[in-house]
Order: sequence, then structure tokens, then C-alpha cells
Amino acid sequence: MASVLRAENISKSFGPIEVLTGISLDLKPGEVHAVIGENGAGKSTLMRILSGHLAPTKGSLSLDDRPVTFSGPVDAEAHGIVLVHQEILLAPDLTVAQNLFLGREIKRFGFVDDKAMRERTRAILRELGTEIDPDRQVGRLSIANRQLVQIARALLVPHKVVAFDEPTAVLTPIEAESLFGIIRKLRDQGVAVLYISHRLNEVKAIADRVTVLRDGRHVATRDIDELSSLEMARLMVGRDMSKLYPEKPETASDQVLLAVRDMAVPGYVEKASFTLHRGEILGFGGLIGAGRTELFEGLVGLRPSHGAITLDGRNVDFRDAREAMAAGIVYLSEDRKGKGLLLQQNLRVNLSLAALDTFSHGPFIDGAAEEKALDRAIRDFDIRARRRDLLAGQLSGGNQQKLLLAKMMLLEPRIVIIDEPTRGVDIGTKEQIYRFIASLAAEGKAVVVISSEMQELIGLCHRVIVMRNGRIAGEVAQAGLTEDSIVYLATGVHEERAAEIAAGHA
Amino acid sequence: MTETVLRTGAEKRRFTLDMRALSPFIALIVLMIAGALVNPDFLTASNLLNVVTRSAFIAIIAVGATFVIASGGLDLSVGSMAALTAGIMILTLNHLGGSDMGTLALGMLAAIGLSAACGLANGLIVTFGRIEPFIVTLGTMGIYRSLVIWLAAGGTITMRNFELRELYRPVYFGSILGVPVPIIAFLLVAAIGALILYRTAFGRHVIALGSNEDVARYSGVPIWRVRTLTYIIQGICVGIAVLVYVPRLGSATPTTGLLWELQAITAVVIGGTALKGGVGRVWGTVVGAVILEIVANIMVLSNFVSEFLVGAVQGAIIIVAMLVQRSVHRGR
Repeated sequence: MASVLRAENISKSFGPIEVLTGISLDLKPGEVHAVIGENGAGKSTLMRILSGHLAPTKGSLSLDDRPVTFSGPVDAEAHGIVLVHQEILLAPDLTVAQNLFLGREIKRFGFVDDKAMRERTRAILRELGTEIDPDRQVGRLSIANRQLVQIARALLVPHKVVAFDEPTAVLTPIEAESLFGIIRKLRDQGVAVLYISHRLNEVKAIADRVTVLRDGRHVATRDIDELSSLEMARLMVGRDMSKLYPEKPETASDQVLLAVRDMAVPGYVEKASFTLHRGEILGFGGLIGAGRTELFEGLVGLRPSHGAITLDGRNVDFRDAREAMAAGIVYLSEDRKGKGLLLQQNLRVNLSLAALDTFSHGPFIDGAAEEKALDRAIRDFDIRARRRDLLAGQLSGGNQQKLLLAKMMLLEPRIVIIDEPTRGVDIGTKEQIYRFIASLAAEGKAVVVISSEMQELIGLCHRVIVMRNGRIAGEVAQAGLTEDSIVYLATGVHEERAAEIAAGHA
Repeated sequence: MTETVLRTGAEKRRFTLDMRALSPFIALIVLMIAGALVNPDFLTASNLLNVVTRSAFIAIIAVGATFVIASGGLDLSVGSMAALTAGIMILTLNHLGGSDMGTLALGMLAAIGLSAACGLANGLIVTFGRIEPFIVTLGTMGIYRSLVIWLAAGGTITMRNFELRELYRPVYFGSILGVPVPIIAFLLVAAIGALILYRTAFGRHVIALGSNEDVARYSGVPIWRVRTLTYIIQGICVGIAVLVYVPRLGSATPTTGLLWELQAITAVVIGGTALKGGVGRVWGTVVGAVILEIVANIMVLSNFVSEFLVGAVQGAIIIVAMLVQRSVHRGR
């Protein structure tokens, strides 16, 4: 079959550094073509070249077998190539319809025609299989629905090629499944779908063909049937990845380190109770918005909350993160860029920020001690920065996470709470982070892992507590850890259906 | 985001960051050359010392403003605060009536105490009222200004005791080893400011707070305390500036310190401190204050533009400085 979009020998250099080398890719109508690779492999750069955001240094693009160059994303869109961005790029105060038509409003006699736009919006959203109200403010939608609006906005222009850049990063499995439905629909309409991801399971589920990139080079393009998830991982990383998760350390004890009773975070969590034991890795599962993050932010004093917390048998109440840190509890935010690191500051400033007291003589900071700590952190956590004076924002996601870990470990905590430890992190770094978490437990610390990735919870944790709608739905012990058991607690589908039947609605 | 894309960004950034730090010094040199070309009297030692002496008030206030702005805040009330502090200080001196060192010291203490209290008020309203600093200090700007007008009953508050005036005179007009006292004062304030901002945990917290308040909070930085302290430091700097200012004229009027907030913020911005916070440059600020005074001086010495338009030129400078900062930022 003829290809709709073809890239031949694409190279891209920034100054003296070549980030893409001789990549060829052809995209056929009616296929889902996945591009996979570790962070830094060049996926995003390739995607940006294909969608007109960047011009290639070498090589050529052809559209329907005719050579083409894009002057910019708008030009690419005019040619029918649209990109659904990874981040949500919508105006939260505008309505769904206003966002959809932002910058391309339908006008009548020089005034915006709200009625027409509303109708078009409703029609497009219905096509996507959702009934979101066009007049609803985007800021009041769930993350998943915002993403749907973003997809709808991309599909508003006539399209031949739709590119998705890590679209499921913010979605729960169930929401991801409905996104896959949309992608399959697009494919069946003859649209070529380019799908960037590093979640191999989902690539396996959705893609027809896979292209693997590593270090800016093309490694392989195969039909999905020829590749197992394990082989994909091996191609991405270039080494055997059979052992992603370390052995669970046998240090989980019965000694209660932290006990939380009837913890409530107004608006997010009502009455959560649990205990955390010395030397254990305790998982927290559930859908996004179930209140996991808020529960722990409330616990460490980052949000208003009430409830009884006992640490080592003593009642504690933290008014801010500083007090929690002093008591030996650290919380690593899921929002690394927004709440974890100062992106505009260098590694040293970031590393020492939380533990600045330990680097101070009187009021003054000991710069030499800071430098030494940075040396140690770079070595111990394998932080790969080309230069020491790099800004934190210039590190890859994986290295940012390592820096954040190093920063919080300077506080020598007893309890480490890590929210989405591997979000936006490549697979090689994931393995390192998992090993690090296991070593923390082996040292007798207690670790809480909040994660939306079931495999991570199962592979890493001694016990998993699942939250739903601001409440603790249940707990799964190590022996019973399966995806089914977690999903069941997280969604409660069966329970609700049972209730419906009981109420006579079925 | 791809790491490799960022790599090249780093090379560029290194260059532009250096530019950002250097640009006020380059601007200073260019202005010196321009001044020398306009009028041969410009490059004389006496003229230059005079210029730097006159920049002392703004420089001292602007060092405080560097803290506030680097932490992501803003203080528009400094001019009014200076007028109020000067007024109260003179009234205190008049009330005490003595003409000895003790009286002077008490008056100075009152000035510093009052300005620190004014800064504290700004800081507390901003932090605990959770109101935009622009609005808070716009409000206190009006309050402080009208208080001084009320105290002066619309006229002038003058130091009555001439012996005391003579005693106090050297603080503005005197010099030590040939260097005028105001210059020594402002170098000292800048040096202490730089030490605090660059070498202490508090200074680091100021930068962290200005970079990203959430990150600071999640890292256990006591943000309420840090933010309030920046306003107190600003107040103390205003107080020190007043100590140097009062002996110059020996009086305070309703127009004392008018537009000083504009000049202080301009000096900070010229100096390379980011108005959105997260970057603070004390020495850049000092150079910025000197640049403002040199521009005024060149206008006086030349016949191109009326010196009555000094405020207009300074207003234009802050806009141009912002445009330069933006283009440097975009160039990343």
C-alpha cells in the first residue's frame, strides 16, 4: 500500500550535536504506527519534525509520494498532519466549545457564532463517544475529559495523519481503553495514526507496526505480531530487561512505624486509616483523582487536614512540610517540574534546598560541602548530567527524578513517600529507581509508593492499599497481588452493579 | 522532552546568562563614554563622586528591592515610606530637642524602627492576607504618603535645632579618606546585601521562593517567614537611605521620595534581577542605580533634552530594560 507520509534519512542536529541520525519511517493510511524508545532516544524530536514544529537538518519528507517541506505546525496542519500534545494545552477558563474553536472561531457578520460552534463541538465529541457539555468550563473537566477535548480540537481540522505524544501518561487504564477505541476508529476511517509511547503493554495492544529508536538511531521496524513486550524492551534498551523489578527485600516487619486514623482532607479524602510498618514497601493504588496524592499531602502538612497520626507511638500533627521532614518523613511529589525541583536553578541549589541547615555554619552556606554532596549524589544516584552547572530543567525526566530522590535523601528520612516514582522516566532509569526503593526498605526505612501503574505496584510492593473516591477501598496482601484485584478495588464496578441490581435498576 | 534538544539550549544559555550579568556593566561603560563625549566636565573626579553620592539613596533602597523582587514580590511603597520615615525622624529629633549624639542616635533608631515596621506591615499583609503585593504596596504607598502630608499639614517638616543639623551634616556631606560617606554607606549596604543573598540559607530561600513557590513549600522552606523578612529588609534599607538623606536638606516635604519606587525598581531591573523572581543581582542593582543618576547627570550637562524630562527618560529606561531582558530570555 502507498504510504501517506514518508520520512527518508532524516537527521537533526542542534549545533554540533546530532540527535537524530538517518531515520526513515513510512506511515500507511489505516495503520497505527508506534514509535518507542527510552527518554532521550529522539522520539519527540522525530515527532516534532513530522508535525512541522522543527525542520530536519538532512533528509526529506514526502506526503502522498510528493516531496514536501513544512514551514511550521500550521502549515503541517493545513496538509492534514495534526499532533495531539502530551501536555494539556487548553485555556481552563474558557468553555469546551470556545477552546475547540480558539483561534479559528466560526463567525457570522463579524461576530462569533456560538450556536454553530456549540453544535459542531457536540457533534465531534459524540463522534469520539463522549457526551461532554460544550458549555462546560474546561477547568472543571477531569483530566481524561480534557484530553478528549484536546483530541477533538486536533481532529477539528481535516486530517490524514494524527500523531499522539504519550497520550496515556495522565490516564487510568479504563480511560486509556476508551482512548484506544477512538484511535481504532480513526484507523478504520483510513487515518494514519502515529503513536509515541514508552508503555509497552499499550503499544502491544494498539499498534499495528512498531518502530524502535535508540540514541537517535533507527533500531527496527516490525509488525507488532513479530514482537513480544520483552523483545521491544530489549530493542529499546539494547540489553536484556528480563529483570525489571528487584527481589522484594524480606524486611517487612510487624513493627508499626506510622499509624493513621480517620484522616480527612476536605474535598478530597474522607476517613482514611492505615498503618505503615518498618522495612516495608506499601503501595497506594487507585484511579487518578481517588485522593491518594491529597491524602499524603495532607499527612505531611502540605494541605489542610485532620485526623490522628501516630509516629512511633507518639501523636504528631504537621503544620508544614518542614515539620514532617524534621520528624523524618519526606514526600516526593508526582509533579516534579512544578513542585519537586527548581527548573531554573542548577543541580547544587536543587540538591541542598531541603537540607540546607546541614550545609550551614551559622547563617552561612558551606559551598564546598554542597559541591561534595553533589559529587556524592551524582555518583550514588547515577545522575547523568553532561555538565555540573546544568539547570535542573535541562535534565531528562529520569535524571530529574534521581536528583529529587538525592535531594530528599539528604534529610536522612525514616519514611519515604514517593508519588508516581517513574512517571515520564525511561525504562533503564526505572530499573534503577526500583532497586533504590528496595534498598531503602532493606535498610529498615518504610516506603510508600503511590502509583497508577499496576505492574509497578505488583512488582515492587509488599502490600497495596487501593483508594476510590476519597476512601480506602481495601487492601491487597502480597500473595493476592494481581491487576484484577487492584482494578476491582479501584473501580468497584462489580460492587456498584450489584448495588444497582439490589435497587432494582438492572 | 528530549534531553538532546536541551543540550544545545545549555550552550546558548551559558552565553546569555553571562550577557545578563554583564549587560549593566557594559551599559555603564557606554554611558561613561557618551558622557565624556557630551561634556568634558563629565569625567572629572568631582563630578563622578557627586553623581555616585546622589545615587546613594536609590542604590540603598534598590538593594532592599532586590530581595523583594528576587523572591517574586514587589514594593511600590518605598518612596512614601522614605518620606514618612524622614518626617517622623525629624519630628522625633525636634521633640527630643537635644543637640548631642544621643539625641541623634535615638532619632536614627526611630527611623530604622519605623521603616522596619512599615516593611513588616507590607510583609504581613502580603503573606497572611494573601493579597497581590502590587495591590498591598499600592495601598500602603497611599497610606504612608498621606500620613506624611498630614503630619506636615501640607507644608514642610524641618529640623529646628541648628547645632544638631551641624552635627548630622557630615553623614551626607562628609567624607572618609576622600570617599563621601553616602558612597561608603551604600557600598556597605550592597556588600552586606550580597553576603546575605548569596551566602546564607535565607538568601537561598529567597531565590527558591522566587523561582517556584510550590517547590519551596514542598522542600520545607518556611515561605511565610522568608517572604515577610524580604519586606522587612526592604524597610530597613529605606530607613538607612533616610539616615543619609535627612542631613542633605534637613527637611521632609510631601514630595520627598516621590517616584523613588520607580527608580528603585528600574535600578533592580537594569541590574539583571528577574522581575518574576528567582534571580537576584545585588551588584547589578547598584550599577543600575548609578546608571540612572548618570543619565540624569548627562541630561543636565548637555543641552539635548530638558532636565525636567529626567523622569520620562528614567521611565523609558525601565521599559527598554524589560524589553532587553525579554529578548535575552527568548534567546535561550
